[in-house]
Amino acid sequence: MKKIATGNKAVAEAVKQVIPGVVAAYPITPQTEIVEQIAEFVSSGELKSKYIAVESEHSAMAACIGASITGTRTFTATSSHGLLYMHEMTNWAAGARLPIVMANVNRSLGPGWNIWAEHTDALQERDTGWLQVYVSSVQEAYDATLMAFRIAEHNNVLLPVMVNLDGFTLSHIMQPLETVNLGDFIPPLHLAHAIDVTKPTAYGGLTGPDQQFRFRWDIERSMRDSVKVIEETETEFNKRFGRKYGFTEDYCCEDAEVVIVSMGTLGKEAEVAVDLLRKEGIKAGSMRLRWFRPFPKLDLEGKQVVVIDRDYSFGRGGILATEIMAQTREAVFSVIAGIGGQEVTYDDIADFVRNRRIGEEFWFGVSDRV
Amino acid sequence: MFEIRIHSRGGQGGVTAARLLALSAIHDGKYATACPFYGAERRGAPIVSFVRIDDKPIKIYSQIKKPDMVIVLDASVMDVVDVLQGLKTGGKVLINSAHAKEFSGFSSGHVDLTGIALKEKLVVAGSPILNTPVLGALAKMGIISVDSAKVAIREMFSDERNVKAAEAAYKEMKI
Amino acid sequence: MNTIAEIPKEEYILKCTSACAGCSDSLALRYVLKAAGPDTTLVVPACCTSVIQGIYPNTAFNVPVYNIAFGAAAACASGMSNAFRAAGKKTNVIVYAGDGGTLDIGIQAMSGAFERGTDFLYICYDNEAYGNTGMQRSSGTPLGAKTTTTPAGKTDAKKDIDAIIAAHNPPYQATACAAYPQDLFKKVQKALTFRGPTFIHILAPCPPGWRYSTEKSVEMGKLAVKTGMWVLWEREYGKLTITPPSKAAMRKPLPLEDYLAPQGRFKGIDTKTVEIIKQRLAKNLAKLAAEEAEP
Repeated sequence: MKKIATGNKAVAEAVKQVIPGVVAAYPITPQTEIVEQIAEFVSSGELKSKYIAVESEHSAMAACIGASITGTRTFTATSSHGLLYMHEMTNWAAGARLPIVMANVNRSLGPGWNIWAEHTDALQERDTGWLQVYVSSVQEAYDATLMAFRIAEHNNVLLPVMVNLDGFTLSHIMQPLETVNLGDFIPPLHLAHAIDVTKPTAYGGLTGPDQQFRFRWDIERSMRDSVKVIEETETEFNKRFGRKYGFTEDYCCEDAEVVIVSMGTLGKEAEVAVDLLRKEGIKAGSMRLRWFRPFPKLDLEGKQVVVIDRDYSFGRGGILATEIMAQTREAVFSVIAGIGGQEVTYDDIADFVRNRRIGEEFWFGVSDRV
Repeated sequence: MFEIRIHSRGGQGGVTAARLLALSAIHDGKYATACPFYGAERRGAPIVSFVRIDDKPIKIYSQIKKPDMVIVLDASVMDVVDVLQGLKTGGKVLINSAHAKEFSGFSSGHVDLTGIALKEKLVVAGSPILNTPVLGALAKMGIISVDSAKVAIREMFSDERNVKAAEAAYKEMKI
Repeated sequence: MNTIAEIPKEEYILKCTSACAGCSDSLALRYVLKAAGPDTTLVVPACCTSVIQGIYPNTAFNVPVYNIAFGAAAACASGMSNAFRAAGKKTNVIVYAGDGGTLDIGIQAMSGAFERGTDFLYICYDNEAYGNTGMQRSSGTPLGAKTTTTPAGKTDAKKDIDAIIAAHNPPYQATACAAYPQDLFKKVQKALTFRGPTFIHILAPCPPGWRYSTEKSVEMGKLAVKTGMWVLWEREYGKLTITPPSKAAMRKPLPLEDYLAPQGRFKGIDTKTVEIIKQRLAKNLAKLAAEEAEP
């Protein structure tokens, strides 16, 4: 069925179809439309879920954990400071091996209060054991949310999945949306370690130095196994619904001499920059990274790389650039742009490529060259 | 690509106007995106929303800098905002007004959306609804089709007065 | 002081705030700051007031304002107050927070600050929803009220934060309303004479949240008091005194419908819920009257 929807509404639409047993959420700009829409679905009876209007984000994730361990499908959404406030519990959710799905609407961190798009919020969660995907269109927000449940709940994964969409730039923009007939694409959840009063178990109790590392390794093992599950899920999605996704979305990369790597909506705007550059005779390509965790093997052999980081790790560098250089062992041109919703147009992106200086870091708006 | 910027005040439905316009264009078989530039929720403050319409998929997310058209739903914002900023040479202005207004260098059209809304009693929490009648004016200007405008309005609103107001604006709008 | 004319003329809220038309938050803050004077620092968590200040590089408030994360205001104020006092400074430390940041996410920090006897004034201006993010329900939303996350009307009662604060035995706490500025002014002045944690709970009618037209905010505040839905009182070391407008309302309250009818958030509220609200209202008034009568 064809509709038009904002990124936020598209996520809520997907959640409606997967029918979580519990949604526990707290409002924060620019995510609020997601939870408002879900609350309305529940209130009107369109969605038979229990909606808990918790008193904070830490409680939202704690409530999700409590719901999820009973074997119930669970969902929440947040942004920025909400995600930060949740951080103790996001760690807990992954460690507890719970297939919670969360939409995070990427927003900058304060002070000052800034409500516009930036990726640092989710990237600060990179060590937690959550899978992370970054989407760049309303359709993709819907599709990725559906797939997130199937991936999270797979027995070889059983890790929570975060679907990231750019604050305002995607969450509030309206684009066409085609919803699907799910059928049995997402099998019912059977959580093997769910609470069972006939088989009483203690969860997450005192664990000594001789055992704890085994649990942490187990998370990593599942994170590695999730690569195959992601591939299978995306293949199956394409087979049933006719839309193909991968670990990256590559545009004109095969014969490219320089590739722009970025995430979110900048990754789409970069394609427009590529078209411009190609007209000038520059063999550019765009590689939009979708999955940040597990971090995929990137095909950048023999190409110059311009990385756009909509984030930063103080004292180290752009987080995406750092990860890429660690993998390729090659220098990149690291551009820091889009922080706090800073405007970055396809013209700017084309300029980053035209004036690239491999091995250097460039803060758009701060550094006076380019 | 055709780019439109809409000026209004919070609470007047300027954001919804953008959505309705995009929805109408999609029903016309085009690609369209609509977005607001938001601050935090604030009734009465000047806001802008944007619409892009194209025959191919739209991959641009950055703000519209050089619109082809500017719509002014509340003329009072012109005291604090330069509504003509960036408007392309040869661009058009559509203003909610009972009288013609001059915008030097640009062609402009006017229609009394407020008057039409009041006549149809299309008022919510004290504010006349402008975002459905404006579609009628835009249809008259050829930006969208009348049929698609009606489909879009009916998809979003159950109150038929919205369609009547759009029809009235279509009639009143002089090209 | 009995007339508006006696309130000091100095303004601490300058022109060009980003407030909505008809905003009770900024109306109340105007009088709070007049009462507190310039030797004051506001601690403001995420709330409407965060936005009302305006956007960098300007600010509309002519006192230092420390903006802090949503749940942290009272904890931040606790640190600030302790530091000022340690340095021998008498600066008023005033938390100015919404109902969300007080009743929900901020309650832990507030309880802690009160339990430790922090020398500060905590003001909660209550528009009965999460206003800054677009009117979602908070635990301060009253029974039956529609918000974007309670589209059919809230089914839980309003959390009684005043009782929770009372359980901490503060030297002074009070309720006020943006529609009664002289009363608010006096209560703020009084609160600031106490050493230790004090609390003022201000009803702040909100046009977009309560869905009425912007020029009616003062009228809504007066109706809240005159129907008994909101009672103006103060407690000094636990001893209750009801403020005159509420005393009058208790003798002869206006019908509750007068308050509910003009608000879109109560549109379509069923008669059963209205009955429950009336019963609870009557019980509350009786309880307060009885408490005041105690020696």
